[in-house]
Amino acid sequence: MDWIFLSELAINGALTGLLYSLFAIGLVLIYKASSVPNLAQGGLTMVGAYVVLALSHDAGLPLWLAIPLAAVIMFGLGFGIERVALRRLAGRPVVMILMMTLGLDIFLRGTTLAIWGGTSRSMELGVSYEPFFLGDIFVSRIHLVGAGVAISLFVAFMLFFRSRTGIKLRAIADDYMASWSVGISVERGVGLSWALASVVAVAAGVIWGEIQGVDQALSLLLLKGLTVAVLGGLDSILGAVVAGIILGIIENVGADFLDPLVGGGSRELIVAAVLILTVMIRPHGLFGRHDIERV
Amino acid sequence: MFYRLSGVHHANYVSDSRIFKVPADRNLAIFVFLFGLAAPFLLPSLYLNSYMLPWLIWTAAALGLNLVTGWAGQLHLGYAAVMAVGAYSAIHAARFGVPWEFALIIGGLASSVIGSLFAFAALRVKGLYLALTTLAMQFVMDWVLTHSPAISGGSHASLQSPTLALLGQDITSDTGYYYVAFGWCLLVTIFMLNLKRTGLGRALVAVREKDFAAAILGVNSFYYKILAFAASSFIAGVSGALLVATFFFLAAPEQFSVAVSIQVLAMVIVGGLGSIIGSYLGVALILLVPGLVNGIVAGGSQSLGMQINVETLAHIPNAVYGALIVIILLIEPLGLGKLYGNIRDYLMVWPFDQLRK
Repeated sequence: MDWIFLSELAINGALTGLLYSLFAIGLVLIYKASSVPNLAQGGLTMVGAYVVLALSHDAGLPLWLAIPLAAVIMFGLGFGIERVALRRLAGRPVVMILMMTLGLDIFLRGTTLAIWGGTSRSMELGVSYEPFFLGDIFVSRIHLVGAGVAISLFVAFMLFFRSRTGIKLRAIADDYMASWSVGISVERGVGLSWALASVVAVAAGVIWGEIQGVDQALSLLLLKGLTVAVLGGLDSILGAVVAGIILGIIENVGADFLDPLVGGGSRELIVAAVLILTVMIRPHGLFGRHDIERV
Repeated sequence: MFYRLSGVHHANYVSDSRIFKVPADRNLAIFVFLFGLAAPFLLPSLYLNSYMLPWLIWTAAALGLNLVTGWAGQLHLGYAAVMAVGAYSAIHAARFGVPWEFALIIGGLASSVIGSLFAFAALRVKGLYLALTTLAMQFVMDWVLTHSPAISGGSHASLQSPTLALLGQDITSDTGYYYVAFGWCLLVTIFMLNLKRTGLGRALVAVREKDFAAAILGVNSFYYKILAFAASSFIAGVSGALLVATFFFLAAPEQFSVAVSIQVLAMVIVGGLGSIIGSYLGVALILLVPGLVNGIVAGGSQSLGMQINVETLAHIPNAVYGALIVIILLIEPLGLGKLYGNIRDYLMVWPFDQLRK
């Protein structure tokens, strides 16, 4: 076995994994505050990417202005979605909340494609595709940039959760009844978590849009993002980052071993297997809280 | 006035456990049944073939999912995968020369076996985590289907369904296909209507409400969960096989993708968990309304002289479909079945409802 090749696979896998984390952080933020599994995160990511494109390509703004502006718009959209769709369902069985987020996902995807069309477009971030060598190891630049964004978002959220607003969010995540009784506005906190998740979706949309083009496939990240979030523990941001790296490595190295055996395309299979095994063996994930109800 | 309760007394248990306790309900059901029976003579064959037939088969499938999600309370996001198992096994059996009657049963049983695998996930976790596990299993099944040419039928990944023949009769006409779908949907509906008043149905409801409370009552939740998954998978398998045999005529993995699983779940939830009439309404709404809206938009834009992008038109049904789910959940989280129930309750006492207040 070629060690350099193996470490190249592992490092590139870890970088891709951090990009999954970028997606999963959005899921975790919402789950942490409101115990809502946000299956619409894929749709939000897609909307985020298309909004950036609309501002930069269609309206002609420079990217450094378009991305923050898109983040602001998505912040509002996230708040709006929580206010209109999710708040009314608070306290309902999880199956209805799941269906609501699935419906939102379908709606966001359909509307985006109806407005901007389904042909794949490129983000044109301006990151060069020149190979970049770490010693003997080939690394893709855009993946490095994305991993950097993921790590800096992680650090930003770690700092944010130490601020006054962040502490309120943590209190809501811990026990919303108690938060209510000490005067924390739980509704606003949950709305804020949706808004922040939508901003994260812009970041994920921009990076993934650069890598694979802006089209419907962006919402297919959902399975990988969910797997990362569950493996890390649905309510742990640190878990999302660590699990992203782990899943990326397993997927990249595993696919290299399995692809010749099964004739290609084993990535999906590996991800699904990791998800099933995690739920079966350790449903609360690596860093999640232990209060998962078992049968 | 519409639902006359006068003179309806249930003096013994047998009459109290009737399927239709109010004569008006029974009359309505008989009317709908007669309409279904006469539909080939009343409706043009386009409507029969492209609306009624898929509606009936999807209703049968949705009722199967309702059994496991609405009655037994187990979330299932991999239902399309189970339908695929039934469809592919039945068609392979039929191509092999097995008579269709047995091929359908083989499809159903194969689905039951695979569907029971999903139940083992349900024995370990529930709620959200069960949903995620079944979702992952759906992806595994998709992968197996697309990556095994022996199952999915060679390089083009499509499998021709042989001519449907039941009871020695080749079925090739639109009317024939319709009656097959009608018969299957009727069977499933009768099964589900009776489920409510059997011990099995009550045990499933007990498991749904609280599984350890059910255990205290002596209901073995392990056994009933597997039973629920197996029974619903059987329905799924036969529905999937009939869908291919009478509607698609060609089995392809995309017909049973994860989006289809979500669609069936949407039908069940929009219709109302545990509601039979709701399943009919939910399927009609999810299956037929997006296309209808698209037709209206296309026609409206043409008559107003506006140009709508072809791509926009292609994606409007999806947007409408998502919006329908969101809107129904906002208006009535318990679904269309509950809305129907509200109207029925209102009419039950109308015009004397003022007296109650």
